[in-house]
Amino acid sequence: MNYTLNFSAVWRSFDLLLEGLALSLALAFAAIAIGCVVGLITAFGLISKNGFLRRPAGIYVTIIRNTPILVLILFTYFALPQMGVRLGKIESFIFTLAIYSGAYLAEVFRGGLLAIPPGLREAGLAIGLTNMQIRTSIITPLMLRNVLPSLGSTIISLFKDTSLAAAIAVPELTFEARKINVETFRVIETWIVASCLYVATCSILAALMRAVERRLAIVR
Amino acid sequence: MTNNLLEIRDLHKSYGAVEVLKGVDCTMQQGDVVSIIGSSGSGKTTMLRCINMLEEFQGGTIRIDGQAIGYDVVNGQRRRKSEREIARQRALTGMAFQQFNLFPHMTAVANVMLGLVKVKKMSRDEARTLAETWLDRVGLRERAEHYPGQLSGGQQQRVAIARAIAMNPKLMLFDEVTSALDPELVNEVLQVIKSLAQDGMSMLLVTHEMRFAYEVSNRVIFMNQGRIGEEGNPREMFHKPQTERLAEFLKSSTFN
Amino acid sequence: MDIMHFLDIIWLARMPILKGLGVTISISLLAICAGTVLGVFVGLALTYGIRPLRWIVRGYTDFIRGTPVLVLVLASYYVLSTVGLQLGPFQAGVLALAVFCSSHVGEIVRGALQSIPTGQTEAAKAIGLTFPQTFAYVLGPQALRHALPAWVNTAAEMVKASTLLSIIGVAELLLRTQELISRTFMSLEFYFFAGLLYFIINYAIERFGRYVERKTAVPT
Repeated sequence: MNYTLNFSAVWRSFDLLLEGLALSLALAFAAIAIGCVVGLITAFGLISKNGFLRRPAGIYVTIIRNTPILVLILFTYFALPQMGVRLGKIESFIFTLAIYSGAYLAEVFRGGLLAIPPGLREAGLAIGLTNMQIRTSIITPLMLRNVLPSLGSTIISLFKDTSLAAAIAVPELTFEARKINVETFRVIETWIVASCLYVATCSILAALMRAVERRLAIVR
Repeated sequence: MTNNLLEIRDLHKSYGAVEVLKGVDCTMQQGDVVSIIGSSGSGKTTMLRCINMLEEFQGGTIRIDGQAIGYDVVNGQRRRKSEREIARQRALTGMAFQQFNLFPHMTAVANVMLGLVKVKKMSRDEARTLAETWLDRVGLRERAEHYPGQLSGGQQQRVAIARAIAMNPKLMLFDEVTSALDPELVNEVLQVIKSLAQDGMSMLLVTHEMRFAYEVSNRVIFMNQGRIGEEGNPREMFHKPQTERLAEFLKSSTFN
Repeated sequence: MDIMHFLDIIWLARMPILKGLGVTISISLLAICAGTVLGVFVGLALTYGIRPLRWIVRGYTDFIRGTPVLVLVLASYYVLSTVGLQLGPFQAGVLALAVFCSSHVGEIVRGALQSIPTGQTEAAKAIGLTFPQTFAYVLGPQALRHALPAWVNTAAEMVKASTLLSIIGVAELLLRTQELISRTFMSLEFYFFAGLLYFIINYAIERFGRYVERKTAVPT
């Protein structure tokens, strides 16, 4: 094992890694933003008494949760063009991750919605709000506060899933790391630095989520 | 001296900088029923928990039947006994808890059998027979195959008492066993304890039920700020408190 | 996409698909078994370990959980060969998944053990059980019930994560699918079919998990 650690080659390409990380974060942000909307609508579908809303929502969540995300990514990018839907690499990835995160976020939101006491809806009705107003101004904000801890871990795991964009050559962090690995042969250094960037970003995201949680905590 | 069942000398216990027991002395004879009363934070539960080493203590000695509990003194050095030895000593006492603490994944009879089989090394058949006898004794023979989740609070507490007493302890410790129960379930548990007392079981009870303490015990200990404030027979204690503190405490508690 | 034609294509490709499926299942089983054994030790160390050990293990799980699985797979593949461990892509990939699995199982075990009220340990002590006995008869069985649903979930995660081994050239189901596509250009059909197979496996695991959960539930 004659290998001496030498980080200089990795430091020279460090800005590439940082650019990759920036793209990873952008991909995660875009996908999760869309995913939140999809997830919220789906969650209301999941708890609906109306089977025409509940069943499609349930099928969507079940299919996505039981299919590997890499298969979904490759399907969107390589197979959809066969049906005439042609998307760029980045758009295709964001689309897939958004659909994917929608299903996981829907589960998170559903748990939060079920934990809200029915009395709140009745109180809203009693002061003359419509069902839609109750959903947007009472139930959803409360539910979001309740689910913050699990929302945080879901968001972090979705951020880590952006590494799969490397499979369709989107130049995010993992893709860049692999490129540097192949070009410089500084194998160990490259992967240590790349993992540390991921770990650090995840810790920062976790800390941010905890800060939000504290800020929004309801005093009881 | 060795004929004392329980002998506590100068018991000291602190949590970090906070001293909860500041030198407690207490003795009990075979067949004694002693109630410990006092306001919350006075150290009564802590004292009980020291007796079976659920709490470590920093000074003093506790002896049951002459055996020093928890610590050996070797050449003037205080040394904690081995885990195995402490486990063996814990079987000298039985304990019933405020929160019952039944094992939720085992039926009532299995709860009672566990210690008999694993600690007393009885055969399963022997253990089952004995467990059923005790469940019968607390009036729950027909609930033997129920899980704790299927029993009411009062029933759970009675199973917990059967579990402790089936181990044939020399001394039973009761830690506020009725505090977590709905008022209508308190009596069934107190009846069980009372009938055990009448059978000559030695017990030490921490309780908020003043009437019960008055009726069941032959001695009452009033704990106050980590020390024994007053002790004596219940009649004198409740009717003619010697200290201001006890008089105040009795006035504020519901003895009616 | 007419259905008879589709079935015809799949039938012709049955051998590579079955081989790939076999590899996928072996990867998943190996990773789950090794990861679970390791993970139980991780969980015990996190719960009962002395302080320095607990810190080391906590660092291990946090690092693994902060790193995307794909990065673990790539790092394991490239790094291990650099330091002189001659592992093929299959072994390196299984190792990465097992490590990933162990950090999840570790957290599950820790969570399950810590969710048991302290009164349980005290009651066991009070009847004179030693710690090993307390663990074997009181804590262990309760923790097992508590951990089972999450563990089954992790098993399904492993099946999904096994697709990542296609990226380092392990001929599991997804790579076999990609090879078929590069020969036939029928990406829609084959990606769809691969997705369907993964869905069936994971859905079966999920159902089985619910069944086991019901079977082992403590009656109330």
